[in-house]
Amino acid sequence: MAERNMTMREALNLALEQALARDERVFLLGEDIADASGGGILGVTNGLSTKYGEDRVIDTPISEAAITGAAIGAALDGRRPVAEIMMMDFIGIAMDQIVNHAAKMRYMTAGRTTSPITVRAAVVAGMGTGATHSQSLESWFMGVPGIKVVMPSSPADAKGLLTTAIFDDDPVLFLEPVKLLGARGMVPVEEHAIPFGQANTVRIGTDVTIVTYGWGVPMSQAAAAELEAEGISVEILDLRTLLPLDVPAMLEAVNRTRRAVVVTTSVRFGGPSAEIAATLTENLFDRLVAPVARVGAQFTPIPSAPVLEAAHFPDAERIADAVRRTVGVRAGVGG
Amino acid sequence: MAVTTPKRPVPAAEQQRRMYELMTLMKLTDDRLAKGIGSGEFLSVYWPHRGQEAVAAALGVVLRSTDQLVTTYRGLHDHIGKGVPVEAIIGELLGKETAPGMGKGGTSHLAYPEAGAMLSTGIVGAGLPIAVGLGLAVRQQGLDRVVAVSFGDGATNTGSFHEAMNMAAVLDVPVVFVCQNNLYGEKTPVERTMKVATVAERAAAYGMPGLRVDGNDPDAVFGSLAEAVERTRAGGGPVLVECVTFRFRGHSYGDSQSYMPRERLAAALERDPVPAYRRRLLDMGVCSESELLAVEATAADVVDQAVKKCTDAPEPSTERLLDHRYVDDHNMPA
Ligand SMILES: Cc1ncc(C[n+]2csc(CCOP(=O)(O)OP(=O)(O)O)c2C)c(N)n1
Ligand SMILES: [Mg+2]
Repeated sequence: MAERNMTMREALNLALEQALARDERVFLLGEDIADASGGGILGVTNGLSTKYGEDRVIDTPISEAAITGAAIGAALDGRRPVAEIMMMDFIGIAMDQIVNHAAKMRYMTAGRTTSPITVRAAVVAGMGTGATHSQSLESWFMGVPGIKVVMPSSPADAKGLLTTAIFDDDPVLFLEPVKLLGARGMVPVEEHAIPFGQANTVRIGTDVTIVTYGWGVPMSQAAAAELEAEGISVEILDLRTLLPLDVPAMLEAVNRTRRAVVVTTSVRFGGPSAEIAATLTENLFDRLVAPVARVGAQFTPIPSAPVLEAAHFPDAERIADAVRRTVGVRAGVGG
Repeated sequence: MAVTTPKRPVPAAEQQRRMYELMTLMKLTDDRLAKGIGSGEFLSVYWPHRGQEAVAAALGVVLRSTDQLVTTYRGLHDHIGKGVPVEAIIGELLGKETAPGMGKGGTSHLAYPEAGAMLSTGIVGAGLPIAVGLGLAVRQQGLDRVVAVSFGDGATNTGSFHEAMNMAAVLDVPVVFVCQNNLYGEKTPVERTMKVATVAERAAAYGMPGLRVDGNDPDAVFGSLAEAVERTRAGGGPVLVECVTFRFRGHSYGDSQSYMPRERLAAALERDPVPAYRRRLLDMGVCSESELLAVEATAADVVDQAVKKCTDAPEPSTERLLDHRYVDDHNMPA
């Protein structure tokens, strides 16, 4: 398949465009997403309303509950809505619609009604925007049976996973790490779909497996490059989706390396890494030669001041330290 | 519908002078922040209030120091009006240890209860229900206090606005709802997000008076706000006041305003409330040229001093990261 170098922003835009072009049931709704209002605050929907019209790229008032509820209603009648919650922090307002309606519909009606919506939301972590504009709240949704949770780490994955999300028959929460929107990579130009629940090995290694997703992936890659110079061989597994969760891939990798570090940018305590680490330990207790380590954000609201924000989020250095501890580099050589 | 009352309160000369002082301080603070962020000197997010000074100055003069304010990310001018020191505002924006929130909150989450500035929120519409609660506390404690909540036009499309307006009316709390209608929510003009022509008329749905006023005219805003606040203070219940104004620098600092028709911005800049009010005070003989120059020099000095103090101030120690999460951290995770 032909590929082109593009940013994650362009890749997401292309996925939306191809979905709009292929299927007249697909439409987008959200705040400031039409070109008349700038084509999205982060530029992801840029150009789409001009091409597909404002009936299919619908600018809405600031009304997250109504945006999400309207998406659910349209989906109930077979449409394929892609709702945008500008930043994940604002999803609290739409929570009832997502948790009590979208996620439960199929189950409560024994499959008679479904809610195949996609809710896209940006995660603006690490940019000094403060406690109400920076949160990674994906673990909230991991406790809600009925919704799927996706967070890509590369332009190609962003495109392929968003396509899958839009045409998936269940509600999907699709999280876009803003830190990575400008990151480039080769992306298939034609429509392509990456199945949910298939983790991706982004780096092969033998000493330890880092299990991560989203912004955690480039951070872990930086740590792995640093550790390679010290002779530590790191494998990195990018989960891509938290629900479904590719447990077989996790177990296969950690069974080989016998050590694991779970990295998330959401809070460590009660965060996704708790579920992942517990799963690894339950299944591989006798294979593990070190406790599963977890690196995540500190348990605080996200401070705005740059020094405090940097202390709140994990970084390559902290990941590398956790790996060193896990592989048990001899005292005096490493941490 | 907009209520028209024949006689609105008129500001005294002393109040007019005070409004000009506040407007100048708000403008110069904004100019300095814009310059600092534009040049890379300050690394902060900022939602500029430039153009909306008349509303905040009138609000500042109408409210008593014992009254309370709830505002938004675009609320630094409201804070100045309410009496929050410029140094506290800039310090919080720059993330300094000496700032009221030690930089933990940042630009959009400033609070300064000493001056009655109870809350700033980054979540559109979220301040309104909280203001209702502050109003409830006033009633329960039998206080002589009014709560003002400031928000944008876009906020009036949130469920929070409608729930709070209705509940304020039903509970009869002393809250004045101040909409700073700057005609845009982020990049979308109001006419694309509401079918009614004015925000003020939304009040009718809740059995509340709704006033609409030229938000670039400090005397007119004073008249409407004073009427609303007096009514509310006297036990007349909540009032909505829509002040029609404009934001000159777009949504957040750095916004290229590509969505903004050039003529619309140019026309708004023509109506810049700060020089217009200056001319009026001269024409009315409220202030002499030399008095105005003195006001401006003083404000410039306040801003300079504040910036200097804040740039010299230390950044918060990372040891403070876990502070202030709970009253007691016993067995809390890190
Ligand atoms: C609940 C929620 N949705 C979306 C946003 C993103 N956002 C921040 S400001 C803004 C526009 C608000 O417009 P308005 O209420 O008119 O206030 P203004 O910024 O014009 O002062 C939007 C959509 C948010 N902060 N909170
Ligand atoms: Mg507005």
